[in-house]
Amino acid sequence: MDASTMKRIQSDPNYQKLVTERKSFGWTLAIITLVLYYGYIAIVAFAPSIIATKVSGDITIGIIMGVALILLSIVLTGLYVLRANSTYDDLTSAIVNAARIGGKK
Amino acid sequence: MKTGALAGALSLAAGAARAAGTLEGPIVQQAVDWNAIIIFVAFVAVTLGITYWAAGKTRTTKDFYAAGGGITGFQNGVAIAGDYMSAASFLGITALVYSFGYYGLIYSIGFLVGWPIIMFLMAEPLRNLGRFTLADVAAYRLQATPVRTFAAISTLVTVAFYLIAQMVGAGQLIELLFGLPYFWAVISVGILMIIYVTFGGMIATTWVQIIKAGLLLGGSTLMAGLVLAQFNFNFNSLLAKAIELHANHDKILLPGPQVANPINAFSLGIALMFGTAGLPHILMRFFTVSNAKEARKSVFWATTFIGYFYILTFILGFGAIILVLTNPEYHVGGDVTKPLLGGGNMPAIHLAHAVGGNLMKGFIAAVAFATILAVVSGLTLSGASAVSHDLYASVIRRGKVEEGSEVRVSRITTIILGIFAIILGFTFEKINVAFMVGLAFAVAASANFPVVLLSMLWKGLTTRGAVIGGFVGLISALVLTILSPGIWEAVLGYPKGSAWFPYVSPALFTMPLAFFCCWLFSVTDNSKTANEEREAFEAQFIRSQTGIGADTAVSH
Repeated sequence: MDASTMKRIQSDPNYQKLVTERKSFGWTLAIITLVLYYGYIAIVAFAPSIIATKVSGDITIGIIMGVALILLSIVLTGLYVLRANSTYDDLTSAIVNAARIGGKK
Repeated sequence: MKTGALAGALSLAAGAARAAGTLEGPIVQQAVDWNAIIIFVAFVAVTLGITYWAAGKTRTTKDFYAAGGGITGFQNGVAIAGDYMSAASFLGITALVYSFGYYGLIYSIGFLVGWPIIMFLMAEPLRNLGRFTLADVAAYRLQATPVRTFAAISTLVTVAFYLIAQMVGAGQLIELLFGLPYFWAVISVGILMIIYVTFGGMIATTWVQIIKAGLLLGGSTLMAGLVLAQFNFNFNSLLAKAIELHANHDKILLPGPQVANPINAFSLGIALMFGTAGLPHILMRFFTVSNAKEARKSVFWATTFIGYFYILTFILGFGAIILVLTNPEYHVGGDVTKPLLGGGNMPAIHLAHAVGGNLMKGFIAAVAFATILAVVSGLTLSGASAVSHDLYASVIRRGKVEEGSEVRVSRITTIILGIFAIILGFTFEKINVAFMVGLAFAVAASANFPVVLLSMLWKGLTTRGAVIGGFVGLISALVLTILSPGIWEAVLGYPKGSAWFPYVSPALFTMPLAFFCCWLFSVTDNSKTANEEREAFEAQFIRSQTGIGADTAVSH
């Protein structure tokens, strides 16, 4: 990539938008995952009796948290894909096209 | 296994080992199981047919390492699931829940939560920057020779430990399940893997993994369904029965003494989560799809299938307590106080028999064998690519290498690695290899993950920082694991409590240490090349974000 193409892409508002949006969305989801998982690990480590607390019949908070963490991982990755397919791909192709057209000038 | 393992604090290593298909307790060769053999021979016939087909399509280096980049996101997601769900997950977690209850489920969760992190921070830039190996990503703007040397060594170390655990596990399992002697079991795994990878490269490996994922998901769904059917599909009554029958009763709902120490709990959590994000054979799969969009889809499908599978382990584990624990038929000498027939890893296999008779048992045994084959193929391909692409083509030949000769080196390396794996399988037959999967995850989290992540996201990373930080992570993870109870006491035989490093996994300490060293030796690096590397970040970042200039699929 030559220096002028690079400059052009960096000053493209679509590029700036893509980078900021993806960064904030990706890190938000990553931090949600980290907080929930290590929150769970903290309960395992410091308050194991909560894990074994029965909620409905013999089903415990620990089992519900486990299934919830697994389902949440699937849902969060799905959310990311939905957002990326609808927003990031359009932005990316706009950036790529702009860079290509600009290059022909 | 139960009494022995309960007697002392169990390490991550020991847990993961069971997870890896390593067996404890008496191993008695079983009578030849024809159901299992026929189903498995059918699997082998189909996969060899695919390999023949794949061999015809494998011409270039890109075909060989990355299936030409022509795998779809969905296919790759299933293949990742097939690559990732080792006998570890299936036999190991069921066995852990069978013995300890809820403790096993901490592994189910930990093995999955790495995937969202891969999605949010790594998958797209990985695809946009890399071609064949994770070193491609780290060496994108850093100096090829030192960075690739580090990445190749780290890849080979991770692969070797994982491979030993799988080979020994495979040998013992097959001996048990098929009644085939250990010697022939290890040789047949080694030879089949060499055939798949040498002739069919990534295309054959991918399809072996896809078929295996289908078999494993189908088999475990069927088993879980049959277990639940016995309780009118009421999970609560299943759980109640398990609590009633298990010697520890209500205590099986607790996390277990193994993670009672907070440092152990967090270290295990870190090793499982970030180890996943640093496994070379898994990251390599992102180069088989055509672009970042497909890479994303891969992670979503992989997370969905792997997550679904881990939810099934909740049912299978508690189901095994009910249907296997109190059934004399599955215990040595028909005595329920004696160990399980075939050793500690067998609850899933006996459970298959309990719900579906000999045919189901044969089917599940064949699935377990197919599972190991698919995982060792992925591991070997990733090890071979580190040698041929990173060490041979980039470091030794300085990039001046013809397509044909790189693939040839890769094939030769595959054969050497395969023979090496067979020899390791024999060498470690009688040794407790329990710690090895834990070690592979710890090394992946402490060496590969920090370097790959920082090279993609942090402008300031320099060659010096990456190489020193990476090696510090690698060596500290290795040394602390050796000094931990899992090796120091269980393998080297020093007395209980004498281990220098008292915790189950070093990841809590070694991963932050690696990040710190990457940072420290980068920011203090004022050399000319370091400044050039920092300046080169912008161009790399644009490519990682937009995919401009990234490798694309080839059409066949």
